[in-house]
Amino acid sequence: MTATEMKERLVGRALKRREDPKLITGHGNYLDDIKLPGMLHIALVRSPHAHAKIISIDASKALAMPGVVAVFTGKDMLDINPMPAAWQAAGVKNYPVPPRALAVDKVALVGDPVAMVVAENRYIARDAADLVEVEYEPLPAVVDARKAVEPGAPQIHEAAPNNIVFEWECGNKAAADAAIASAEVVVKEEIINQRLIPTPMETRGSIARYDAATGEWTVWMTSQAPHVHRLLLTAFVFGVPETKLRCIAPNVGGGFGQKIFCYNDMAFTMWAARKLGRPVKFVEDRSENYKYSTHGRDHITEAELAGTRDGKITGLRVKTWANIGAYFSTVAAGIPTTLYGRIITGVYKIPAAYVHVTGAYTNTAMVDAYRGAGRPEASYLIERMVDRFAAEIGMDPAEVRRKNFIQPEDFPYDNGLGLLPYDSGNYEPALNKALEIAGYAEFRKQQAELRKQGRYLGIGISSYVEICGIAPSAWMGGQGWGAGLWESANVRVHLTGKVVVTTGSLPHGQGLETTFAQIVADELGVPYEDVEIQWGDTQGTPFGYGTYGSRSLAVGGVAIKRSVDKIKEKARKLAAHLLEANEADIVFENGRAYVKGSPDKGKTIGELAAAAAVAYNLPPGMEPFLDETSYYDPPNCTFPFGTHVSIVEVDPETGHVKLLRYIAVDDCGNQINPLIVEGQIHGGIAQGLAQALYEGAVYNEDGQLLTGTLMDYAVPTAAMVPHIETDHTVTPSPVNPLGVKGAGEAGTIASAQCVMNAIIDALAPFGVKHLQMPSTPERIWRAIHGK
Amino acid sequence: MTTITVTVNGVRYTSEVEPRLLLVHYLREHLNLTGTHIGCDTSQCGACVVHINGDSVKSCTILAVQCDGAEITTIEGLASNGQLHPLQEGFWEKHGLQCGFCTPGMIMAAADLLKRNPNPTEDEIRHGLEGNLCRCTGYENIVRAVRYAAEKMAAAQAAD
Repeated sequence: MTATEMKERLVGRALKRREDPKLITGHGNYLDDIKLPGMLHIALVRSPHAHAKIISIDASKALAMPGVVAVFTGKDMLDINPMPAAWQAAGVKNYPVPPRALAVDKVALVGDPVAMVVAENRYIARDAADLVEVEYEPLPAVVDARKAVEPGAPQIHEAAPNNIVFEWECGNKAAADAAIASAEVVVKEEIINQRLIPTPMETRGSIARYDAATGEWTVWMTSQAPHVHRLLLTAFVFGVPETKLRCIAPNVGGGFGQKIFCYNDMAFTMWAARKLGRPVKFVEDRSENYKYSTHGRDHITEAELAGTRDGKITGLRVKTWANIGAYFSTVAAGIPTTLYGRIITGVYKIPAAYVHVTGAYTNTAMVDAYRGAGRPEASYLIERMVDRFAAEIGMDPAEVRRKNFIQPEDFPYDNGLGLLPYDSGNYEPALNKALEIAGYAEFRKQQAELRKQGRYLGIGISSYVEICGIAPSAWMGGQGWGAGLWESANVRVHLTGKVVVTTGSLPHGQGLETTFAQIVADELGVPYEDVEIQWGDTQGTPFGYGTYGSRSLAVGGVAIKRSVDKIKEKARKLAAHLLEANEADIVFENGRAYVKGSPDKGKTIGELAAAAAVAYNLPPGMEPFLDETSYYDPPNCTFPFGTHVSIVEVDPETGHVKLLRYIAVDDCGNQINPLIVEGQIHGGIAQGLAQALYEGAVYNEDGQLLTGTLMDYAVPTAAMVPHIETDHTVTPSPVNPLGVKGAGEAGTIASAQCVMNAIIDALAPFGVKHLQMPSTPERIWRAIHGK
Repeated sequence: MTTITVTVNGVRYTSEVEPRLLLVHYLREHLNLTGTHIGCDTSQCGACVVHINGDSVKSCTILAVQCDGAEITTIEGLASNGQLHPLQEGFWEKHGLQCGFCTPGMIMAAADLLKRNPNPTEDEIRHGLEGNLCRCTGYENIVRAVRYAAEKMAAAQAAD
């Protein structure tokens, strides 16, 4: 056996997850599982009005209740700053009005917290919150982004005239105007990307403990980015050194974007813990999560696409009103600008494109990143418009896609919208593969036959590209992002040969411990079981910007690889010294450094780690211990892509849609763990098809959330999601040494329009050209019957 | 306050509880059995499913005092003698969980499903788990996990 045969590679293998044993036995440690001695519980008094002045707050009855420790209002907390507005729209004036810990003087949405009760247990806190008497003077409300910026609309914030958060544009307006004015064919549509509620199964919350002797806090939080929260809460909200706060994210029960942001509860638990000298806990219930934690999407768009009769797309003009909600959430403005407008042309070469976006305040929950964040909205828009165009010119939608795809030789590809160049891609094989699995040609024949029998089947195609591995810092700085976007990792090989990796990334379901350990075990040549991945505690991990934007492998994972590379380099130097050989002659392979040509003469990484740790015999100038840290700032984002195809049958009598097949062919570059990649794709698809078929957050005109619980907001059950067929192509990313792109958001970015295109294809005989989501039976029935 | 006696995962507990205390809070706050989760406030999500006298129940829909004298099994009590239940094994093998928050309730509900229908079809699994929401997996691998467990349990029975 040679040294190279000794160890089977783990990268690329579908290992089951190391995270799971505790989670399947009930031994996870989620936020609400944490109890601290002397801990108090918070219940909030929330506004029943969407927009109102606070006239008075009387807490005397609540304070008289046994077990109530204190009641605080927003005015008590004027010594701390509002939440930060960390990502503003680039290059234009923004009017950021972020929320305060508790509302002061007025409320701007139903659920805006006006007071907090702190009590010995959560039952008492909740009872007492009901006894706090608040007098309001209701004001007119507005919930629709386009109406909010019209003259005469209710004005929500003095600091934001006409409710405008920003007005932003990208692309070439003159070129797009000219392309549309001179086109053979123009299709025009109003496209609404409805508001969604992310709905991680665990709601959000915070627990804060304060040590008066040292002036230090520890905050446990449901967070996708504890290092960022530490920075924002100390430097911006409290004005204290970062060193005074330790943030810990325990097991996090799903995030989907909602747990990226800096929320008021992080601040008011810290404030109350300091004030009262006891630990305090706040955990939302589901209806609070729905009312106050961030929502996603909510775009109203007027889109025009121009092209030739033979299927070439020549221009795209887009005007979007993006609903930002009642306040500016942490990265709210970046989502409908950089992550939407700059990728609006998708997988197509469109010579002239222009996007204008108006961000608007309304009396609704804040809108910020939700799985895909801007890219699902872009992908939905272009893929709907391409199908609309294909129908208009009577061409097969697959053919229109082929005619306009960016070609393999075009990469790196600059789409002219101010994005970094697409890294790599080969779009047609993924399309062909998906169509082949679906039996496209055969389906078209069957479809025609069945229509004669009064059965309406449709097939939908969605070819997508997305921006993942979001970085590099310098570019994101230019996009209005208020910080860097690199990741870091530390790798240590202990005296015993055991490897400890600390990462600033923050897994909350993505299986990063498994994926990262696979990489480290291969790269370092140590047993997988000997690699431990630690994360989540700012005290024990190097800085990281967090897990979102499908960036934890392409940025965080690469930081780990680079630390391992440094370890190997040091180990080689040490081996050369110990083996009395030239450094240039040392080969590091499968966890062992040996002299080239004499594989028997070598040292294992364990032996080298021990030698480095005891430090009896090191080369001159070498420091003890194998311990390396890397800060990785990639040169570009990554651009995963693929094609999804779905087949539906619509019952014209009831408007009911049956999703018969769902096929996903994705290309996320190299796959480290295909089991985990496939799981990410499945979950992403379920969220996107749920947007097409079921979900939508609805406010009435007064700003009451009508879908305020899981009874009214249709998160799909197992019976509402079909079997999902997956396949893939592999086009490695040239951006990073792992060749990875990211997989967390792809399913969601591809799926809503995939299902909508199928439904609209099924309804073509009824003259239906477009439908808004969700395509409920009522909406479909009305479209068929013209009512 | 009311005195109740319950047997949870084979251990007998006598506790003084408020009559309004929900079973899920009793399990989590009084007994520190935090594997049973709370994901909603309208009994939709199923994260809190436990077995009461052998039947699956959403523990947010029942008061602790109603369980006086009952035998309760939570996710912490499902494995026996250090051996994972075939469903726990199936969820692990088939990647039937991501964030893991819905998993305890999902496994407890699936255990009840397999008790009633030891060989469910994909469709029967999907409908049988309609009372439990998962936001991560799209259910595909949950279905595979339940099938895995059904086959494993059938094989074990055949061997007996």
